[in-house]
Amino acid sequence: MPGATPEQAQVQILDPTSATDEEIDPAVDRDRIRVLSGATESAASFQFDGEDHTLGNALRYVIMKNPDVEFCGYSIPHPSEAKMNLRIQTYDGVSVYTVLDKGLEDLMAMCDVVEEKFKVARDDFVNKMEE
Amino acid sequence: MSTPSAEELIRRKKLVVGPETVSNQASTDFPGHWPGENNEWDLEYFKKTFTVDFHSHTPNDTSFSLISLDTSIANAFRRILLAEIPTLAIEDVFIYQNTSIIQDEVLAHRLGLIPLCGSHSGLNWMKWYSKPTDDNEGSGSPSDYNTVVLRLKVDCTWQDGGLQRAVAGETDPDKLYVNHNVYAKDLTWEPIGRQGEMFPPGEEIRSTNPDILIVKMRPGQSIHLSMHAMKGIGQDHAKYSPVATASYRLMPTIDILQPIIGADAKKFARCFPRGVIKLDTVTTEDVKKHAELEGKEGELKAVVDNATNDTVSRECLRHPEFKDKVKLGRIRDHFIFKIESTGQWESDHLFLESVKLLKVKCQRIKRGLDEMMK
Repeated sequence: MPGATPEQAQVQILDPTSATDEEIDPAVDRDRIRVLSGATESAASFQFDGEDHTLGNALRYVIMKNPDVEFCGYSIPHPSEAKMNLRIQTYDGVSVYTVLDKGLEDLMAMCDVVEEKFKVARDDFVNKMEE
Repeated sequence: MSTPSAEELIRRKKLVVGPETVSNQASTDFPGHWPGENNEWDLEYFKKTFTVDFHSHTPNDTSFSLISLDTSIANAFRRILLAEIPTLAIEDVFIYQNTSIIQDEVLAHRLGLIPLCGSHSGLNWMKWYSKPTDDNEGSGSPSDYNTVVLRLKVDCTWQDGGLQRAVAGETDPDKLYVNHNVYAKDLTWEPIGRQGEMFPPGEEIRSTNPDILIVKMRPGQSIHLSMHAMKGIGQDHAKYSPVATASYRLMPTIDILQPIIGADAKKFARCFPRGVIKLDTVTTEDVKKHAELEGKEGELKAVVDNATNDTVSRECLRHPEFKDKVKLGRIRDHFIFKIESTGQWESDHLFLESVKLLKVKCQRIKRGLDEMMK
């Protein structure tokens, strides 16, 4: 199994409404993230637009797996607003941005492993059934 | 850094089911929870421990286990399966004539819920249509790459001599009328633009289940309408959900702490679904281990056969004779998934798609974060 490096793991992010497979402008994703007021280098709350428990809880889990993290939690402030808040506090002045970045990387690497192992298990099962 | 023993690890991940309570529910595999242990995220360790086990696999119904995965991740896959994988469904219904007894809006709703299928490459080629609003023109007018047109035109009439038979007392509608039942197979697809080549014969857009009953009619009633099917996600409307159900349950465990023998063994087996507990006989080794079995060799003894099928009804915990003899539980990181597809995509493909979508979510946030840090 190849080690998941960020370079090889990239998938194109296409605009689902575009007939010519245009990519979504990164500025769109930039605008979906906000750092809430009161943030310091080692403690910050992020707000993500259009995200919910699906990413919130999964991301909270991998970030909590990081030993530099003192606290990580997420909340959906209001059920009818598609917004997700993520709070990260770190030990020893470690930057919350690197922690968040590592969390996203780890989660993506985990997805690659799940995909790979699922395909192998499925193909093995199909072959076994055919015998 | 110390590593816990295998028994300790099993104890930690076992959720305990008591007669009225559950305990040891939350996972504790975080740095700082257990003194002297690491528990840091380790991809190599994950690769080593994570396992996928298939139980059954048919195009529309797949069951498998994901082992050594946190609930938050398994739940993310389940949530994406239900609500975020795009499918094609009828969105707009243009009704020219509807004299059946079903109201226009109810009819349109029923049509929307019909699962459609067609060539996979064609469905992948199709894009989403976004409706124009006051401040956003959306995708403009519907085109071949984002809209599929379907039609339904049915008139219910009398069969030859049906009226006479009705007068004579015949009541079976099949012997009296024509087109009195309108089924999903009556929808006709009208290819536009490149759709003809994208959805070749045999893979054209049609209902996955041709025998879905849409309306019942009587002579003189007719329905004439056209429909626009578009791509969307389950978050917007349940009709876009690609699955009938996508769910998981945790692997049940049954630990028999003290031997259950004789008539009790039979009663114990009846507390569980068939195949969960089997009856064996008491052996000499059992007698050596448990002094109270002295002289009971050859009697019936309850043994766990296959705990997977247990429903964890806790019936065995209601009987005083099994008190302190059995312990029920569930394994917190063993998810038995069951994915039932509605037929547009295969179940296994849907799971892979959910993994891909979670990854894309992360990638988009990472991209936004990189932009922000510039």
